[in-house]
Amino acid sequence: MINEILFMDGYGFYVWSSFAFTLLSFFSLFVITKIQYVREKKKFIVKFGNLKSDKASFAKSQSINKQILSNTSGF
Amino acid sequence: MFKYFEPSKIFSITSKAPKYVLFLFIIFISIGLTEALILSPEDYKQSHSVRIMYVHVPAAWITLGIFSSMTFLSIIGYIFKIRNFFLISKSLAPSGFVFIIIALVTGSIWGKPTWGTWWAWDARITSMLILALFYLMYLLVWRLYENEDKIFKITALITLLGIINVPIIKYSVDWWNTLHQPASINILSKSTIHSSMLLPLAIMTAAFALFSLLIFLMKYNTELIKIKNKGLDRL
Repeated sequence: MINEILFMDGYGFYVWSSFAFTLLSFFSLFVITKIQYVREKKKFIVKFGNLKSDKASFAKSQSINKQILSNTSGF
Repeated sequence: MFKYFEPSKIFSITSKAPKYVLFLFIIFISIGLTEALILSPEDYKQSHSVRIMYVHVPAAWITLGIFSSMTFLSIIGYIFKIRNFFLISKSLAPSGFVFIIIALVTGSIWGKPTWGTWWAWDARITSMLILALFYLMYLLVWRLYENEDKIFKITALITLLGIINVPIIKYSVDWWNTLHQPASINILSKSTIHSSMLLPLAIMTAAFALFSLLIFLMKYNTELIKIKNKGLDRL
């Protein structure tokens, strides 16, 4: 049973390499996109922390800024 | 109507959605892989190599769908001057590009046991390669230029020229003699694929669609934060 799934009558190399390439591409794209998101969010938090109190309260009045700061889901 | 597409309104949804989409993707890809690699039957002619179809075909379908959406968004965005449409289009492009690479590479791997060659300059494969180049040009324009008006104009033009290639890809197997087989699934006429193969194909297509949605949401959120970062600089 295991041998049949692995070797697939001689087609195992083609089938498994296709699926491996697909999943590896998915994983790479996910990791790259996630790194870009985390980097951009960190930059936002640092910039926001450096704002003077009047500018910070003005920036916080915009709902999207508040949402970015409160979003802890990691996406 | 376009006010509903304002980033501040959309962000409240797009920032929460990815975790649910990721959860659904994991469920669909797990079922899809089990069906595709273990449970689905082998083909009477192609034997087990037919299983490559379960990654090759969904990738090809979705990349064509994404490019068509990008064209629609870029053209409407250019006509009505809706910046957010360009942002949505830009966020769709990375997954579209990865899917076309997957379609080309898995197609090449499938070609070796089926046709005896890794590559052939036949109409379907060549037109898919041309679409990959359009994706690459689109992504490069966003990287190379800084002036947004220029980017909007050039990307709209690239998608407009690239979309001409989409019907060519679709009908290339009917218009020319190609190595590539004609479509097995038809919306208007009877499909020639057995239900035992159609089910894993549908599940894998759903999983791939969910993955492209996940990447789109993550990329779109990143782009919005990038804009807000620039906004903080101006305060």
